[in-house]
Amino acid sequence: MTKTISETDHPATTARRGGSLMRLRGLVRKEFLQVVRDPSALAIAFVLPVILLLLFGYGVSLDAEHVPIALVVEKPTADTASLCGEFEQSRYFSPIYVHGLPAAKQAVTNGRVDAILHFRHDFSERIRRPGGGAVQLLVNGVDANTARIVTGYVEGVYGRWLEHRARQMGRRTSGPIGIKPRIWFNANVRSRNFLVPGVVAVVMTLIGALLTALLMAREWERGTMEALMVTPVSMFEVLVGKIFPYFVLGMGGLALSVTMSVWLFHVPLRGSVWVLVLGSSMFLLTALGMGLFISTVTRVQFVAAQVAIITTFLPAFILSGFIFDIGSMPWPIQWLTRLIPARYYVSILKTTFLAGDVWVVIWPNLFALAAMATFFLGLTRVLSTKRLD
Amino acid sequence: MGAPDQYVLTCRGLSKTFRVGRRSTEALRDLTIQVARGKVTGLIGPDGAGKTTLMRLAAGLLRPDTGSIVVLGLDASRQSLRVQASVGYMPQRFGLYEDLTVQENLELYADLQGVSVASRSVRYQELMQMTGLAPFMRRLAGRLSGGMKQKLGLACTLIHPPRLLLLDEPTVGVDPVSRRELWQIVARFVREEGTTVLLSTAYLDEAEACDEVIILDEGSFLGQGRPSEFSQTLTGRTFKARSAGTRKNRDLQEACSSQADVIDAVIQGDAVRLVLQPDADSRRDSMLADLKDVSMVPVPPRFEDSFVAMLRARRIADGAAFDSSASGDEDDLTVDAPDGNGGERGRELVRQAGAVGKPGRLVEVHDLQRRFGDFHAVKGISFDITRGEVFGLLGANGAGKTTTFRMLCGLLPASGGTLRVAGVDVRRAAATARARIGYMSHKFSLYGTLSVGDNLRFFSSAYGLARRRRRERIAWAVAEFQLGSVVNSNSGELPLGYKQRLALACALMHEPEMIFLDEPTSGVDPLARREFWHRINVLAARGVTVMVTTHFMEEAEYCDRMAIMMDGRILALGTPEGIKQQSRSPDNPEPTMEDAFIKLIETESVQT
Repeated sequence: MTKTISETDHPATTARRGGSLMRLRGLVRKEFLQVVRDPSALAIAFVLPVILLLLFGYGVSLDAEHVPIALVVEKPTADTASLCGEFEQSRYFSPIYVHGLPAAKQAVTNGRVDAILHFRHDFSERIRRPGGGAVQLLVNGVDANTARIVTGYVEGVYGRWLEHRARQMGRRTSGPIGIKPRIWFNANVRSRNFLVPGVVAVVMTLIGALLTALLMAREWERGTMEALMVTPVSMFEVLVGKIFPYFVLGMGGLALSVTMSVWLFHVPLRGSVWVLVLGSSMFLLTALGMGLFISTVTRVQFVAAQVAIITTFLPAFILSGFIFDIGSMPWPIQWLTRLIPARYYVSILKTTFLAGDVWVVIWPNLFALAAMATFFLGLTRVLSTKRLD
Repeated sequence: MGAPDQYVLTCRGLSKTFRVGRRSTEALRDLTIQVARGKVTGLIGPDGAGKTTLMRLAAGLLRPDTGSIVVLGLDASRQSLRVQASVGYMPQRFGLYEDLTVQENLELYADLQGVSVASRSVRYQELMQMTGLAPFMRRLAGRLSGGMKQKLGLACTLIHPPRLLLLDEPTVGVDPVSRRELWQIVARFVREEGTTVLLSTAYLDEAEACDEVIILDEGSFLGQGRPSEFSQTLTGRTFKARSAGTRKNRDLQEACSSQADVIDAVIQGDAVRLVLQPDADSRRDSMLADLKDVSMVPVPPRFEDSFVAMLRARRIADGAAFDSSASGDEDDLTVDAPDGNGGERGRELVRQAGAVGKPGRLVEVHDLQRRFGDFHAVKGISFDITRGEVFGLLGANGAGKTTTFRMLCGLLPASGGTLRVAGVDVRRAAATARARIGYMSHKFSLYGTLSVGDNLRFFSSAYGLARRRRRERIAWAVAEFQLGSVVNSNSGELPLGYKQRLALACALMHEPEMIFLDEPTSGVDPLARREFWHRINVLAARGVTVMVTTHFMEEAEYCDRMAIMMDGRILALGTPEGIKQQSRSPDNPEPTMEDAFIKLIETESVQT
């Protein structure tokens, strides 16, 4: 009797039972419902990208404009007035007139100005002598970057003024060769144009790695993973059930970021959207692989978040070439950036946005990303067993 | 062919060891058991016995170190996917997705279990009707009560009828009504679908309801058989003792447990239940003379008696020092020892306070409320606690016990109502009130990486004890709670019984007039529970007021007065006897606290 039960009952139920597609459908639907109901997931997926884009689009600028400088004129003459006029007209400076060097130094100390331009009392006499006159420039060097830019701009303004003056007097001061710079890809040298495409990489890292790491670790913490494991679902299905929804979410983040970049910040998109989608897919898969790998190893939300921020989010900020030029880093760090997936993605992003579909640049980067995606997803697959020990 | 069909689960020489850092714990040691088809088998054992490990091994979630485990004819470690397709497993914390509704949770598990779409609606209906969740299909699982969550978890596990159902402590912290319903559902599956059930439980009355029990302790097998087989070994050794005078049962219990011939003494109903040594019969008269004014009536043994006797014998054989504290001699020491300045001070404090404050009321709560968003955790409760009382708050998880506690201790501001502790308005001067109370949470909030001594030093300094006084109190705590042997051990690595004692010691460092104990006995084995209540008795005898929460109904008997809470309201308030009286009926002349609770909930739901 018992034999008949076990033989008829079991195969019959197996035959009636739905397969992999049904299980995947269940997992994917669950994931979407959870994202929709979880304000923190929505915040990471949609609010944070908007904040980052606004921050980098409007707030952060690496250009020095309207730098406050103090002009100290010991003896006003026509020459000083004309040179000061140049500074007043320049959009790079907002000069203020200060009486005496001590007051100007005080202004630098207080942070009211970044530099002092000091015209000595004999300025007008000295520029007429051979050997020329001079102004003293004192720059607040705390922010080395700004200090260098300010120095350069001041020299530029001064040089133009001297040239202009010489031409008026019918003399040439400069040599026979003049440099006429022409800047490619970002003709206006707007830092926004290369920052905003980089933000897209950070946004994708957030959704791909951080969000996924958190949500997977949460399943371990809340015990839902244990319950999932004792169903006929395979770990492969569990992983696909996580990757698919967050891939879609990541692509949503991409669409949002690109739309904002192009329409709000007027960043040119010179390459094709398809290259962008292809590169982004590769990067997103890498980020998802890293996120899943981190949460599989840590299994605790707090640790997963820490690890994800340190290994994916911060490198995407610092070592990807998003803000800091990789070429000017010391060689060990340059070598290190080769391990950062965001580096390859930022390169693809900047190329497609600012230069166009330059395949010579895109191919190697795409290849690197594909290799990394395969590595992390494969590693996660190997490490994900339906076991608790 | 008969043998494999007869048993659904067979373990042979099964061992499993876990390693965390340098420490290794032997969760299961050379276990050989068989679970019979079509029966309910209970897995009984204190915390750390290896129950969960066995469940996980059976579900193919762990790989055994040695030995084999065969489930439904399949090797659970090598053919785990196939095993998982035919067993239903409900982990201790069932993984419900709290941000999904009841319906969505069901659908997810139906998808995962591959239940055909056509048969679903019938199946849902059946399960929802069985669990009584039908009206809540669209509610988020996170918003269900503890009992409802557990029932939903069971429904998800049963969505595809499993041939073997593994339930890991399915009823812990669940209200008695839901507990009874869970058992009814399980029984129905066993009866109608021939399901085999293996369930672990901490409630020993549930063990009695199993067809067979397997007893584990510290990873070792202690026995297997029908529950009655175990209790039968104690025939003629179990009694109910009643005091003729006005002695409190608590005192009687203390007196009884100090007798050498008494293996176990617990308060049961209006009497003290005793388990005697095998050869104690001849010395009964002298024992009775010793106890004075006590009458003893023989009662039939129950499973709990035999279980406790077994554990006690094992602990004595192991020479484990820490459980011996419940036995006689030291009791008198702790109560009356001249150096126990805690005791004297305790009484002194009571005298002082009695002179200053209103005599009687130490805690006055009126219309106390607490809301979390739109969730009403405590809905206007009122009660008083008299000085020196042991006051119990009974209720399931989510009844509002912990919230009430936190408000009383000034850890959580009340949303409405008044509450005074030791004459201080807690809503205004929480810190003043806190200096006069002790609080022990059910998580034993200790610093696991600090040693026992460090914990004691930290807590005494946190309560602002100065040098000499601090030294005195630490010495007192070490002596009183027998912590001497572990003073330098990391408190995180101690056995649960030690942790609990240390936590209690920390809460008592500043000699509070009142102590709040939040579920002190949850997840603790019956021996440690008995030891703990013994300590509460000692404290109460000293005049310290005790307020305690528990979800073990029988523990209410230790209280002078008690309140039953459900859904943020007090359903009944009074002496345990008085509350049980209310549910007395011709067909149940001697109701247990659990009966009373169920009756109360039923009348409540009829009214609403």
